[in-house]
Amino acid sequence: MSLALIAALPFIGALLPGLMIRSGKNACALVTGSVTALALLMLGLNAPAVLRGEVVQTRIEWIPSLGLNANFFLDGLGLLFAGLILGIGLLIILYARFYLAKSDPMGQFYTYLMLFQGAMVGIVLSDNILLLLVFWELTSLSSFLLIGYWKHLPEGRQGARMALTVTGGGGLAMIAGMLILGNIVGSYDLSVILENKEMIQASDWYLPALILILLGCFTKSAQFPFHFWLPHAMAAPTPVSAYLHSATMVKAGLFLMARMWPVLAGTPEWFYIVATIGLITMVMAAKIALFKDDLKALLAFSTVSHLGLITMLLGFGTAEAATVAVFHIINHATFKAALFMSAGIVDHEAHTRDLKRLGGLRTLMPITFTIVTIASLSMAGIPPLNGFLSKELMLEEAAHTTWMANPWLIGVLATIGALFSVAYSFRFIAHAFLGPVRSDYPSKPHDPGFGLWAAPALLAGLVILIGLFPMLTAAWLVNAAASAVTGEVIAVKITHWHGLYAPALWMSLAAIGGGLMLMGLHPRLMALWNATPRPEAKRIFDGVVEPFAALAGRIANRLHDGALTRYIAIGVLGIVGVSYYAFATATHSAGTRDLMPIQPVPALGWFALCLATAAIVIYHRQRLLTLVLVGIIGLMVSVGFAYFSAPDLALTQISVEVATIILMLLALNFLPKTTPSESTPTRRTWDGAVAVTAGVAIAVLAFALMTRDQAFSPISEYHITNSKPEGGGTNIVNVILVDFRGYDTFGEIIVLGIAALVIFALTEALLRAGPANDRLLAWTPDQRRAGDRHPMMLVVATRVILPIALMVGFFIFLRGHNEPGGGFIAGLIVAIALVMQYMASGFAWTAARQKIDYHALIACGILVAAATGIGAWFNGLPFLTSAFGYFTIWPLEEFELATALLFDIGVFLTVLGAVMLALASLSRIGLRAGETVNVQPFDIDPSEGRTLNSGEVR
Amino acid sequence: MEALVSSAIGMMTAAGVYLMLRQRTFPVIVGLTLLTYAVNVFLFTSGRLATNMPAIYGEGAPGYSDPLPQALVLTAIVISFGMTAVIVMMALGAFLEAGHDKVDMNDEDTPTDGGQK
Repeated sequence: MSLALIAALPFIGALLPGLMIRSGKNACALVTGSVTALALLMLGLNAPAVLRGEVVQTRIEWIPSLGLNANFFLDGLGLLFAGLILGIGLLIILYARFYLAKSDPMGQFYTYLMLFQGAMVGIVLSDNILLLLVFWELTSLSSFLLIGYWKHLPEGRQGARMALTVTGGGGLAMIAGMLILGNIVGSYDLSVILENKEMIQASDWYLPALILILLGCFTKSAQFPFHFWLPHAMAAPTPVSAYLHSATMVKAGLFLMARMWPVLAGTPEWFYIVATIGLITMVMAAKIALFKDDLKALLAFSTVSHLGLITMLLGFGTAEAATVAVFHIINHATFKAALFMSAGIVDHEAHTRDLKRLGGLRTLMPITFTIVTIASLSMAGIPPLNGFLSKELMLEEAAHTTWMANPWLIGVLATIGALFSVAYSFRFIAHAFLGPVRSDYPSKPHDPGFGLWAAPALLAGLVILIGLFPMLTAAWLVNAAASAVTGEVIAVKITHWHGLYAPALWMSLAAIGGGLMLMGLHPRLMALWNATPRPEAKRIFDGVVEPFAALAGRIANRLHDGALTRYIAIGVLGIVGVSYYAFATATHSAGTRDLMPIQPVPALGWFALCLATAAIVIYHRQRLLTLVLVGIIGLMVSVGFAYFSAPDLALTQISVEVATIILMLLALNFLPKTTPSESTPTRRTWDGAVAVTAGVAIAVLAFALMTRDQAFSPISEYHITNSKPEGGGTNIVNVILVDFRGYDTFGEIIVLGIAALVIFALTEALLRAGPANDRLLAWTPDQRRAGDRHPMMLVVATRVILPIALMVGFFIFLRGHNEPGGGFIAGLIVAIALVMQYMASGFAWTAARQKIDYHALIACGILVAAATGIGAWFNGLPFLTSAFGYFTIWPLEEFELATALLFDIGVFLTVLGAVMLALASLSRIGLRAGETVNVQPFDIDPSEGRTLNSGEVR
Repeated sequence: MEALVSSAIGMMTAAGVYLMLRQRTFPVIVGLTLLTYAVNVFLFTSGRLATNMPAIYGEGAPGYSDPLPQALVLTAIVISFGMTAVIVMMALGAFLEAGHDKVDMNDEDTPTDGGQK
């Protein structure tokens, strides 16, 4: 369970920042950080077992029929990556707290960040490739949100789109590849797949699967030719760049290559695709990085280059090279994240990241300078820092690898890549920090507060520690991870000195010397670079994507032209057409069920209903009349329910009817009172034809249904038999609602509560400054007001009715389990009793006299219902199983108590709260439109003959 | 009786659909209300019609009407109230925001390009 919990924690944590931001930024960051820290702690608890060589597993069946399990496992590789993701995530949360500006919505940022974190942890812990794919796509989506976090910047939006297109497209390819792989092996469990190397590599489908999976990895890890999205993703806030684009997400591709290494690597196809692409990426990106003036662009291309380096090492296919790859993943994460954060600090303080406008920051920002120097030297591969260690090992592996029978090609190219790497690292230090102090910085730079430099400083400390004591600080982790990658027991030996005869020494020296020379030549090379034409990746990308986007836009606009009436007509005709097709292509005979004879009184009700329906169509432009006619129809429907043995429905229908009509009347107050006649006769005829088609179709269907017996024996037999013995109630409908299908009811009261909250939120939005609010403030009633709007007779009558109505509600509620009634109906009755007080004396007057918060009422209702349901768990029964018993208290007769009653209280409270909140929202709009607040319960006191409520109080 | 009930369902459906095809919000809401009645009654009739047989235990009851559709329709009635209330508020909000109560979007409201940059 604990592994699943580690993956789930960030997702749960994603809910918190949005809430905690109300308590301030510190609280928000603290809570977000604690969730990550907790996940890290739980990971740490599992670490000893993993380091001993065990594999920790959690197995949860999810959709077994699809082969989809929520299985997680933790081995050395997973431990390394999960540790990186959570550990650096913690530092990023700290850094972002101080990096984001006051105007940036911080809660949103942390929510996105936690979503991303959860998705990443999910990838590295998944033991099922389908589950892994789900998390994989989630990282693409969450990184889209993070890159586009500054929504007002076009670069941010475009960069986010490009990243999503490239990585999402690669993800699709990977899905195909993974499915092929699963098919070859016959299982989607990684642990099974990893044991079937021979079967996979012997399969004809090996190459397609390999290419498709690699497409996913290369797009995610920004390998040539898909590298172009990463520099554009730098439009994201720097914490995002540091987290996603150096330490974690771009390494997801590497992770997957490492994860699949045991079964996919070791073939010539793997070597030539992966090693070659990695080599090209490494050299090409390092060269471009040298010519970038933007600090983040320089770091972006440097990241691409280092990712290429690791890809190449994995591509070599030897256990030694894979071990070096793992080591470099750790080192790169430390120095590159520190550099990104430092670049962010420079940007934050000097308000520019352009190397042409920087220089001389050494004395102004000594702390930042120290951090950058340590991290940059490590990136350049200068001893004794950790970057040097892994670079030496890399050069050593490259020197011993033959490419197409050419023993020195890879070694030379790797040295050239390292040479560029040295050059751009030195350029980062020299052009930003060395040189004379300038007078024209956009903002006077100085070192930031501790909060901002703490995280990069910690990473820089790690760079030194791993550099000085690699065997103590890193070797154990490298061993565990590399053993997991290769499936062999690895015991790595990392030293600074490999002897004079090691080729790496000379390659390293060549790289450092050459790099320094390049630095010296930089101004001239830069001029040459600027003079040569280069393909602009963004323009090519836009050129490919734009036509598709335009086409999609045209199709969408053609289909969705915003005409609701057209959608409805198409929908109605479509449903009728499909139904008719089903009817016409099947065999059927006339119904055999006996028809009920027509009685005169029900026929009269039918006649009234038809008359009112026809009148609505004719008089629908007079809106008030329409409501009266709707009332008639509703009344006839409820009478019909009563006649056809459904007393509960009749009671519900009639009380809902009252509430609906009141609501619509209140709304009509602010809407035009008539509908203008604007459709042409042709249009009306057409609409009429559509409507009649639908009506005839449903009538025929209903008749056909009613004249036949059920095709299968209905499950309600069970309910009828067991209502009393199991549910303890004689009203079967109510027992179904609160017991047999209590789960449905529970969902439905939640929906009702949400609907009421939506209404409240809509009202809030309307009452905010804006055109709607202006219209309300300037409101003039379009109908003459009554002289006596709160008549005394009505006030007195409703006051007398109130206790009676409440008692009726209580009675209806209590008897609901055994007789028609229950929480739904009682809630509506009490709501109507309260609304009558509103109508009599005005909303504000009444609201001032009853201190009930309707939000709390809804929440209480749902919580009571949930608590009742959960109560069943303590008896070892499923959710919402009810219990009941019979009690006698003198002088009462024996009575029954059931937990279903508690559940019904929840229903009652929610219905009451929802109805009242909806009506109260409308009243608030009325108040804004100039409704006066009553100080007296009624307007005119006839005994004294004077007007009581005249004040124009808003 | 079956003919009466099914024709009533048909009438309410036809009137509901016709009103939903109008171009102002208020008739659309009223039309939706009528359609709701029709759908609820239709669902109710899937338990078949029966008189004087409420689904409540009683001595000597001749039988019980099908309680399950009744329970489902009961919650449907309450939910449709919530839905109607939301739509009424949306219509009101749209009218107050835009100054008119048309349901169809104008041509100038329709985005012409594929989306925003």
